[in-house]
This record gives sequence, C-alpha cells and structure tokens, in this order.
Amino acid sequence: MINIFRRKPVQYPKFWEDYAQSFEQKLPTDLNEIRFVVLDTETTGFDYIHDRILSIGALTLQNKMIEVSRNLELYLEQDHHNADSIKIHGILKSEAIYRISEEDALQQLLAYLQNAVIIAHHAVFDLNMINKALERNGLPKLKNPAIDTSNLYKHTLLTTNLVKKKDHYSLDELADKFDISKKDRHTAMGDAYITAIAFLKIKSRLKEKDSLKLKDLLKMG
Amino acid sequence: MKNTISHRVADFLKNFPPFNLLNKSDLLTLSEQITIIYKEKGNPVFLENDSPHGHFYVVYKGAIALKKSNEKSMMDLCDEGDIFGLRPLMASENYKMEAKAQEESILYAIPIDIFKPYAQQNNEVGDYLIASFASNTRNPYSINHRGKLYEEVLEPVAPHTPLMDLQSVQYSKKLITCTEDTPVKKVAEKMTENKVGAMLILRNKLPIGIITDRDLRNNIVTGKYPITIEASKIMVSPVTTFKKNITITQAQMAMMKSNISHLCITKDGTSDTKAIGILSKHDIMVAMGNNPAVLIKAITRAKKIKNIKRIRKSIDHLLTGYLEQNIPMTLTSKIITELNDACIKRIIAISLKEMPSKPPVKFTWLSLGSQGRSEQLLQTDQDNAILFENVPEEELEETTDYFLKLAKIINKGLFDIGYEYCPAEMMASNPNWCHSLDEWKTKVSEWITNPGADEVLLSSIFFDYNVTYGDVGLADKLSDHIFETTQNYPIFYLHLASGALQNPSPTGFFRQMLLEADGEHKDTFDLKRRALMPLTDAARVLILSHSVKFVNNTFERFEKLAELEPNNEETFLACSYATKALLKFRTKQGLMHNDSGRYIAIEQLSKEERIKLKRTFKTIKDIQELISVRFKVSNLMR
Repeated sequence: MINIFRRKPVQYPKFWEDYAQSFEQKLPTDLNEIRFVVLDTETTGFDYIHDRILSIGALTLQNKMIEVSRNLELYLEQDHHNADSIKIHGILKSEAIYRISEEDALQQLLAYLQNAVIIAHHAVFDLNMINKALERNGLPKLKNPAIDTSNLYKHTLLTTNLVKKKDHYSLDELADKFDISKKDRHTAMGDAYITAIAFLKIKSRLKEKDSLKLKDLLKMG
Repeated sequence: MKNTISHRVADFLKNFPPFNLLNKSDLLTLSEQITIIYKEKGNPVFLENDSPHGHFYVVYKGAIALKKSNEKSMMDLCDEGDIFGLRPLMASENYKMEAKAQEESILYAIPIDIFKPYAQQNNEVGDYLIASFASNTRNPYSINHRGKLYEEVLEPVAPHTPLMDLQSVQYSKKLITCTEDTPVKKVAEKMTENKVGAMLILRNKLPIGIITDRDLRNNIVTGKYPITIEASKIMVSPVTTFKKNITITQAQMAMMKSNISHLCITKDGTSDTKAIGILSKHDIMVAMGNNPAVLIKAITRAKKIKNIKRIRKSIDHLLTGYLEQNIPMTLTSKIITELNDACIKRIIAISLKEMPSKPPVKFTWLSLGSQGRSEQLLQTDQDNAILFENVPEEELEETTDYFLKLAKIINKGLFDIGYEYCPAEMMASNPNWCHSLDEWKTKVSEWITNPGADEVLLSSIFFDYNVTYGDVGLADKLSDHIFETTQNYPIFYLHLASGALQNPSPTGFFRQMLLEADGEHKDTFDLKRRALMPLTDAARVLILSHSVKFVNNTFERFEKLAELEPNNEETFLACSYATKALLKFRTKQGLMHNDSGRYIAIEQLSKEERIKLKRTFKTIKDIQELISVRFKVSNLMR
C-alpha cells in the first residue's frame, strides 16, 4: 500500500547539499573577516528566459585583499547565441577556449561561493541569470546575501538639491569616478575586478565607515 | 585555466625593473601568485619592528610613505611601480621602517618564496636589486654600499641636503643639436621650439661647440653677424665637457671658472666621446632645492601630467617650509597660489593638445570656490567651470560638446595630480557648469532674481570665480552683468547676507567651542564651516555690494573694504587678520595630518593655539553683527 505521508523529499545532488550546508556556519561579525565573492557574468543577452550565461568571473575579497590565484574564471558551452552581444563581450561560440557544460559550471560556482556574501554591479541581473540556470538544472535558487555596487555607490553621493541622483550608475561611470583602469572591460573577470575595486573605494567613502556592519551594507546595496 | 587578472598584473609589472628583466612566461607565473591589496589613506602596510611578511610590495596605484616611527621626516615615498619591503625579506629581519598609505593605494603583494629563485638565478635581476637597495635611499654615498645586499642603508630624504657638494646632478638627457653649417636662424628657432637655452654643435656625434642665448644676443642681435650665418661662426668652442656623475659643487665651480651657463656631459668626460647630455644652471638650481622660480619653470616645461604630480609634491614641501619659518601668510598664499595656478594652466595646455582640434571659439577656465579665492593652499577638491564665447544657436550644441570633452580631460588631469573630484559635481565637465556667455548670464540672472536657498549657495560658490586660463574679457563681461543685475535686485544682498549668517556659531552660550555632535568627525571642531566660512561669506556680500571686480581673496577683500569704508577700518582689518590666522591654522593642521585640515581635534591643540583660535571668534561675531544691521537681516529671515 502506498503511504501518501511518506513522500520522499526532493533529492538534490551532493554538490548542492554541500553548498547548502555551508550556510549552517554563521558569518563573522568583523567585516574584514567576511568572505566576499565579487562576480560578473557575460551573457548572450538580457532576456532571463532565452539568453544564456557565456562566462562567469569571480574573485574572493577578504580583508581588502584579492588573491589572484584564487580567482574563478569559467567559460560555458551554450547553444543559444546572439550576434549583437558578441560585439560587446567578444566571446565567439567557436573560439578555442576551454569550455564546460552549464551543469559543471554551476557545480564549480557553488563550490566556490559557499556561504560568501556576493558583490556584483547590478547584482539583480547576474543573480537572476544564475538562478535561471540553476532552475534549468533542477536546482533551487542561490542562498547567498548580495550587495549591489550600483546601489551602494548612491550612498556616497551628497544629499543635496544640487546633484540629481540617477537610478542607475554604470560600471563605466564608477570606473571613471574612481580612476579604475577599464582594461578587460566587458569580460566577466575584468568587470568583476573593476567591481571589486569600486566596492572597496565606495566602502571607504561611506560616512559611517568606521561603524559599518554587514547588515548596513546589505541594506544600502 | 585562463586568468585575466594575472595577465593584467603582468602587463603592469613588465614596465618596471626588475620585472622587465624576467621573461614573459616567468613573469606570468609570478603574476598568478600575487595578492592585490587595497589600502585606505593613512592605513599601514607594515609597522616598524613587525616581523617580515611573506610578501614584498609593488605600488600599482597611489603612494606609500616609508618612515621611521621616531622621526618626523619621511624616508622615501614610493610611487607607481616602486618596490618596497623587500630588503627585510631577503635579510630575514624585522621591518626597520613603517610603511603607510600616503594616498588611497592599490598594491601588488609578491610572495618572496616565488620571487627569490628568480633573483638568484637571473644575474641581471640580482644586480638590479643590489643596486637599487643601495640607491633607493637616495644616499649620495650609495656607491660605497654596492654589493651589500643584506644591509640596511638609511638616510633621510631631505630635499635641501647639506651634502650638496657630494650629490650628483640630474642633467638633461634630451639633446638638442645641430651641425656646424646650420644657419643661426634655424638654431634659434629650434631652441625656441624645444624651450632650451643652449644648442650643442656636433661633428660626427662629437661635441665641437655650443651656442647659448647669450651668444645669439651678443653676435646676432647686436648686428655683428647676419642672421643667415652658419652656426660654426658664432659657437663657443671647445665645449667644456664632464663625466656624468658630476657633483653640484664641481658643476658650479666649472661654470664660474669659465663664466659659462652650460656644460656638456660626454661618455668619458672628454670631448672625444659621444655627447650624452647637457647640464645647465637651471638643472643645478633644481638640484639645490625648492625655489618657486625653479618650480614655475619646471611646471611650464612639464610635458606629462605625471611630471606635474611630482612637482606638486615639491610645492607642498615649500609650503611646509614657509609655514615653519613663519613667512607672512599673504606672501605664502600668493606664491603657493601662483604655483598651483601654473600647474592647472599647464594641465589645461596639455589637455588642449589631446583634443583633435583647436577650440572653436574663445573660452575661459574659471576656478570657483576656495580655488577662485586663491585660498586653496592644500589640495582639496576641484570646483571649476567653463565660460565660452557666444555662438549662433545652431552651433551651440556642437560647441558645448567640444568644451565638455575638453573639460573631462582637464578634470581627470587635475584628479591625477591630486585634486579630488567635487562631490557636488561643480566641475566644468558637468553640463550645468559649461556654458556660453549668454547662457551664463541667463543663469546668474535666475539666481539673483529668485534667490532660494540653493540659488544663494550656488551663487556663493560661483561668484568667487577667478580666471585661471583663457580669455579674461569674457569673465569681465560676466562680472559686469552680475553687478548690474544685483544692483537692480538689492533683495539679493539680503539673501546673500542671511546666507552668510546661517553658518553655525563657533561658540556656545558659555563661550565654549562647539564640537561636531555626530558622524565621521564627531568631537572635532569644524574650522571651515564654523570659522572660515562666516568670514568668507561676509567678505563676498560686502565686496559685491561695492561692485568691486577681481578681488577674490577673502583677506584681500577685507583690506579693500577697510580702504572703502574708513569708519569700519578696524573691524575689517581684524577680519583680514583673523582670516589669515585661520587659513594658516587650517593649512598647518592639514599638512600635519595629510588631510584637508578642516576638522580639528581640539584636545590636540596647545593652550596658545586654542587662545589664538578663540580670539578670531570675537571678530566673527562683530562682522556678523555688521552684516545683520547693514542688510537689515531680520530675525525672521535667520
């Protein structure tokens, strides 16, 4: 006889379980100890349903330091292509570069992310792209808290009638403002790097910087 | 796996020794192992007596100051591409100096374990390190220390070192030369074009003669020889030659002995070897230290923004010296402002060259705020605007675009030499601050006729404009328009005056100093807002009501007012004095703490300083009363 109460819970692959388990550990209270992962994705376009991730660049920022050897740079195999976006990121479908499947990429990304705090420029876009990819592979959404540098930046601007704040600030605007070289702009890793430096510079310019806690950053960004 | 960032790191490192001596794949392997570190201004990288880190450092952006904690003066300032913190790692001993971020900086930390094998295997790298360890200290005796890789060699970098006679001089390596049959006219043209005072005459690359400004004057301008004559006829021959490590004293002696102003540096010091450079009296003056005239010359000759950044540091040094020696503030501020202005002018000139075409019409670069008032002794942020000649309406957009583009380059240039971007975006690259004369006229008329709080604030910043570059006539026309409009709308003075009274008071009811209650600067005294601004604002409204043009400096404005209103002479002179005192105070504090000097920790002041500061508050109260009565600012408006 079938027991309807004994429905088996959904079994996720081990890499997801490991990822999920990392969140059982509490984040440190000292901002300098928190592991931030700054990431950026290059995609075939801006449509969450049809477009796909072509590459992911991620780096670890801890105690205001980036160890170059710990960077994660992934290039994905995708069937969907969009001629318009190639002009921007320059990743051609047939380019001779080591590519992995979407599933492999997600597996590597989750292992890299663990319970880190994500930082991204216009984070909503990158997170949605990744979450859609997770969904396609039968996985739940990312569990990490995230900070958007575009939003965070607005908190460094003067509150006065003389300056009109925009809704969005592009990564180019931030790079100009903070004098960050735009080399490798529009590659996932290059943009992640610009975002990381911009984040550090923004953080040092926040009024409350000495008493700043993670929850403040999350609220602002 | 592809690593974009390590390529980026390698791309940077390959421009600097000793990394330029490594082969490409080694450099890439090394770059994969580095850590990128961000330091806020004032944060330490390591402290004296810290045990050595596993890394040494290369400055990617910013500047790192090295100093001994018990000494005031800086040992060395590491710039982009400079290495520091390596010697202790090689010698496995503790750090002998502290390293602190002089500016916001990004560093590359290179693991010593990975780097050491290269230094040992690659002789060139090893030699470079030995040499740089010895010379990094800028020690004139460094030659004696060559080879002692593991020894600490320390001498403070004092710009006016007393060991001048042993110091070697930097000579100009860029040779401007011609042959003996070159016509003198051509020689003069080439000298003018290259901004040099002497031209070397070569035969088979060997120096056979020299022509200086003086020779041209004595032989050509006097009519002794025609302008078409060959160089060989008037050149001074033979040339006085020297080896390249000539010291200041040697050079001075040689010049005095033969009464000449230029020496030729050759490969072996005789005129039988190739000429490699020229040493002028000017180079000696530069080597001898900081002197405003020399600095101005160096600025006008600077071809790159990077060079100006270096000169800026000398200017700060000069300023420190002036303050220490108690040179009168009027003079100090004149000289420093002149130098700062020269830097900005030079940056504009360099930026203009970067534009694809010449400006379509005449324009003026206006410095606003404290820069416009010539009160910006320390580099704080930039406030500026562009004013250009009227153009037909159909050309306005294109013309505005041109100047916005130009302004963007200039603003970046100013940023690169240390002027932060204006947080309120009052910069010429902002479309709101880049207009034609008519547009500006309309804009200021709006401010004057509808003076709300924002308009008063904008006019108080803008009306202190000063022409830094370009056509003065345009600014003159705008000033006339401002005076005319304000006279027709006297209500504007009332608003400006009430704005001047809105600054928070420096003292409380019990005459105690009021400190900031919260925020980043909690418990400090806001010198700018509570003391300097009331005076600046008062001077502005009073001078405007007298329609006095081009007196921008606050203490000069008060002096002018004392002249115009003999019955208030005493008050105005007291204000002028107070302004100078406060400005000096702020500058000193700023230099001491490497910041803008705006917020002052009262408990760190000496009793004497506190009394001095408090004395100015009485003056502030007096001038505020005068304004309140004169412009009939009712209590309601306050």
